Amino acid sequence: MGGLTDIRLEAVNLTKKFDRKTIFENVNFELTKKSSVAITGRNGSGKSTLIKIIANLLTQSSGELNLFSDGKKVKKEIVYRYIGFVSPYLNLYDEFTGAENLKIASAIRGISGDNSDSVLKQVGLFERRHDLLKIYSSGMKQRLKIAFSILHDPYILLLDEPTSNLDLEGVSVVDDIAGGYKKDRILIIATNDAHEKSLCDSEINLNKI
Amino acid sequence: MFKQAIAICKKDFRSEIRTRYAINALLMFIIVVISVIKFSLGEEKLSAEMNAGLIWIIIFFATSNGLSRVFVSEEERGTSLVLKLSSEARSVILGKLIFNTVLTFIINFFIIILYILITDLTIKNIALFSLSVSLGTLGLSAVMTIIAALISKAGSKGTLYPVLSFPLLLPLMLASISSTWLTIEGAGLSAIAGELQMMVSYTIVVITASFLLFELIWND
Repeated sequence: MGGLTDIRLEAVNLTKKFDRKTIFENVNFELTKKSSVAITGRNGSGKSTLIKIIANLLTQSSGELNLFSDGKKVKKEIVYRYIGFVSPYLNLYDEFTGAENLKIASAIRGISGDNSDSVLKQVGLFERRHDLLKIYSSGMKQRLKIAFSILHDPYILLLDEPTSNLDLEGVSVVDDIAGGYKKDRILIIATNDAHEKSLCDSEINLNKI
Repeated sequence: MFKQAIAICKKDFRSEIRTRYAINALLMFIIVVISVIKFSLGEEKLSAEMNAGLIWIIIFFATSNGLSRVFVSEEERGTSLVLKLSSEARSVILGKLIFNTVLTFIINFFIIILYILITDLTIKNIALFSLSVSLGTLGLSAVMTIIAALISKAGSKGTLYPVLSFPLLLPLMLASISSTWLTIEGAGLSAIAGELQMMVSYTIVVITASFLLFELIWND
């Protein structure tokens, strides 16, 4: 996608309830390009729920969440084009190889040029690209999820516990990618890990709202 | 949208070839059911009406076994997020619909060939018989696809599938059985025109409703 577009993510009084149980309420923030934020809070405070709402995978109970590109509101149906997402509950296809998974994702996204090789090199999986996902270790699967999230060069990168299962080299891959994103795009990390939190310039603590 | 739908359909075919989630279960079911019919019939000849009914019973239960996999396997394996993060809801339903329709055509072709070979069935109007079965197949795969999307979010998936799809499919099944029976006996176009019109309209309504409703099912 590239990093030139003026992008803005705005949340106003965002509230999520499951049945009658309030997970979080009145979350407000505004993020523009070159900003990064860590979403923190105790277990069950709604970090993953909030990041899912931002990724348009869940809807909020009340409040507004809008994405603006060059001042124009982005339609909900095409928000996926702007977003890269990594989370523990995202699973890729076990029956395909690492390279096939990315090629399939590119085809489904309708991306014309295939940059899966360069992304696989970036996450350190190029040598194992022809192995089936079912024989990948949990750390390798995590790296492939990161590759999947940046495949389309999104404007907003949403990472939910991105360094879980990763070795030191894997953590440094996340550091590099996160560092690159906060320079000219938007980076959001849901975490309680001190290192992941240190990758962001600001913090939303869901227990202090 | 169409390009993305084709990519989803191709992905499903590659996945099916590697995992054989649906194909193995379907083939086993078809072979077992047709064998049971053969053993229970012996040398007895069935009427055209009975043959048409039996063919559509086999088709209904075979597709109930296999077609739900398109959505259920995505939900069970947690891969539905890949599709949600990579395409619009309408591309997903179109891709899955194309996959299920092609799969149902292959299954039905296999069922009918096997049924004809085992029961020595003689079809007097092959062209209209094929048209009747094809239109029935199209409607069946359309209903089965949207029901599959619905039940993939539910707890007891296996039992819900035939229970939910049967009342919806009843008008289509009646028209399909009737036109199949008449074409086995050699009826012409004018005799089955009403059934054919019903099947076409039914399929159009189901596909339109699927596109309108799918986003509500798919998100959240």
